[in-house]
Amino acid sequence: MAIDVKLFANLRQGRGKVVQVNYVQGITGQDVIDQLGIMGSEIAALIVDGIDGKVDVMLKVPLKEDGYMAIFPPVAGG
Amino acid sequence: MFGYMGKILRINLTNGSIGTEALDFELAKKYIGGRGLGTKLYMDEVDPKVDPFAPENKILFINGPLSGTATPTGGRYMVITKSPLTGCIASSNSGGDWGAKLKYAGYDGIIVEGKASLPVYINIEEDKVEILPALDLWGALVSETTSILLEKYPKAKVLTIGPAGEKMSQMAAIMNENDRAAGRSGVGAVMGSKNLKAITVAGKQKPVVANPEGLKIVAKECRKLIKENGVTGQGLPTYGSAVLVNIINEHGIYPTNNFQGGYDTGAEAVSGETLTEEYLLKKNPCHHCPIGCGRYVKSQKHPEGIGGPEYETLWVFAGDLGINDMEIVIDANFWCNELGLDTISAGATLAAAMELYQRGYITDEDLDDDVSLKFGNTDAVVYWIKKMGNREGFGDLLARGSYRLADFYGAPEYSMSVKKQDLPAYDPRGVQGMGLSYATSNRGGCHVRGYMISPEILGLPEKIDRFELAGKPFWVKTFQDLTAVIDSLGLCLFTSFALGTQEYANMINEVLGTEWSQEELLLAGERIWNLEKLFNLEAGILPEEDTLPPRFLDEEMPDGPTKGWTHKLDELLPLYYAERGWDEDGIPTEERLIELGLL
Repeated sequence: MAIDVKLFANLRQGRGKVVQVNYVQGITGQDVIDQLGIMGSEIAALIVDGIDGKVDVMLKVPLKEDGYMAIFPPVAGG
Repeated sequence: MFGYMGKILRINLTNGSIGTEALDFELAKKYIGGRGLGTKLYMDEVDPKVDPFAPENKILFINGPLSGTATPTGGRYMVITKSPLTGCIASSNSGGDWGAKLKYAGYDGIIVEGKASLPVYINIEEDKVEILPALDLWGALVSETTSILLEKYPKAKVLTIGPAGEKMSQMAAIMNENDRAAGRSGVGAVMGSKNLKAITVAGKQKPVVANPEGLKIVAKECRKLIKENGVTGQGLPTYGSAVLVNIINEHGIYPTNNFQGGYDTGAEAVSGETLTEEYLLKKNPCHHCPIGCGRYVKSQKHPEGIGGPEYETLWVFAGDLGINDMEIVIDANFWCNELGLDTISAGATLAAAMELYQRGYITDEDLDDDVSLKFGNTDAVVYWIKKMGNREGFGDLLARGSYRLADFYGAPEYSMSVKKQDLPAYDPRGVQGMGLSYATSNRGGCHVRGYMISPEILGLPEKIDRFELAGKPFWVKTFQDLTAVIDSLGLCLFTSFALGTQEYANMINEVLGTEWSQEELLLAGERIWNLEKLFNLEAGILPEEDTLPPRFLDEEMPDGPTKGWTHKLDELLPLYYAERGWDEDGIPTEERLIELGLL
């Protein structure tokens, strides 16, 4: 079982577009970004299984088997 | 008075008169400049019920007190007129260098009135101002016109319309330096209605700043904040506004097939990341801009490179049409710029046409067996853009915008527009604040009148729940008022990702020698917002037009992370009116107007 981690913008550098992280019971977004060497301060938006929210809150959400995360650095436009 | 040049140029195209008038500094202080001052000057002279294409309508080109100064991004200008698309006040602004150059020519703004009997252009070289024949330019593409005029005036900056403006398409843009656009609300058609093809400006005057040393320090601080900010220092410079494709899509608010869906599995092909890796030649920054979000890209058809595309353009010629082909988007962007078409309205009208075709309203017979308007048909995009820009065949109907097109077929509900102006690239069902901002925008469907995507999606200045209703009216009002300030100063809205009202107050105070507080600036923004609202009411825009297309109110989002949601406008609108101090019908109260100095 693995969690798909979608990365965007400069977070792809050296990591790629999608990284798979092994699922273990109780794993959170914080565990995932620790594995990928991404600091919480680098993240501006975070989606877990289609749900978004404040980054610090979402990093504590337990992940599901076969779930996904989408991680964005600060981006904007319009 | 510092900051301003103190002069407004008035040009009457009917009788050929040219004159200058002193800027009313008291008025300038009350309405700042750009969008605010331009709207006030326009409203003092023009009947809101005027036909936008009548000679009695006027068109203003006006910069802000910070335009042409050392402030970051201080180069924008605003076009003010009555919109032929919406019937509302149109204030459409553009970057590049033209706005700053107008100031260096010695003017805070130009008021153009009347109508020339034959095509003309205006050449401005400081005190030398002339109206010249443009018969040889009429019909020329934007880049052709720009090249011809630059040969004559090598030191000038060129603003022009394309064939779409000449033929008075309600979605015609005004272009400057080839690829910068005052794109929205059909302002290019008003130039066309006056037989005015172009305006060239050149000059070397500089605005006198009240506290040059203070401005140097403040501007340096602002540049530092912009450079150190993750968005303005890294995200936008590296990827441009196109970086939004993926984040908007992943939140399920990336409209597909004329807003029939909100998630596109193929969006990566037209993302900012793909644009940067495979198509980017160089950055293409505006005047005095430390961000440099503008792109210069190549494609198979354009190996030498062209300006653009922005996020909205990428979306509208990709996901909204059921296509994901960067080559098509770049070519579509190129032709919109050349013909002088607003990319958002051009693409959105094609999307509406495709849904009308899907549902059997438009038939192959209507198209006279021309290229099919089926979603996903890559051959249709540039083909119909050219027809639209030149108003040929069925393109003549398309050139009127999605609302008039859908209304012609008796199905206006398939126009994804507010007040007849096509919506940009965010489905309001998944961003309740943005939807409220669309519905209440004084210029119709628009993302840059209160960019609620910032807090609802991007976490700027803080992340708020995008589905929550509580607090949204306050956020929307604040963003709308602040945006009116930035547009009036002559700065780029993107600075607001890094700067706050205190920084804006610091800049204007050093330039003008004033003591604006943050609260006073926001109050000026609110004054400008209410002034625009008064114009719209007097123009006959009904309060019930503060709404959204029925799709967003009645149909649940069918797919993606926003699945199941509708927009809750009925709940939000009364709260918004109360937040503004307006009555329950959305009419500004006498009491509020007195407080704002508008009565």
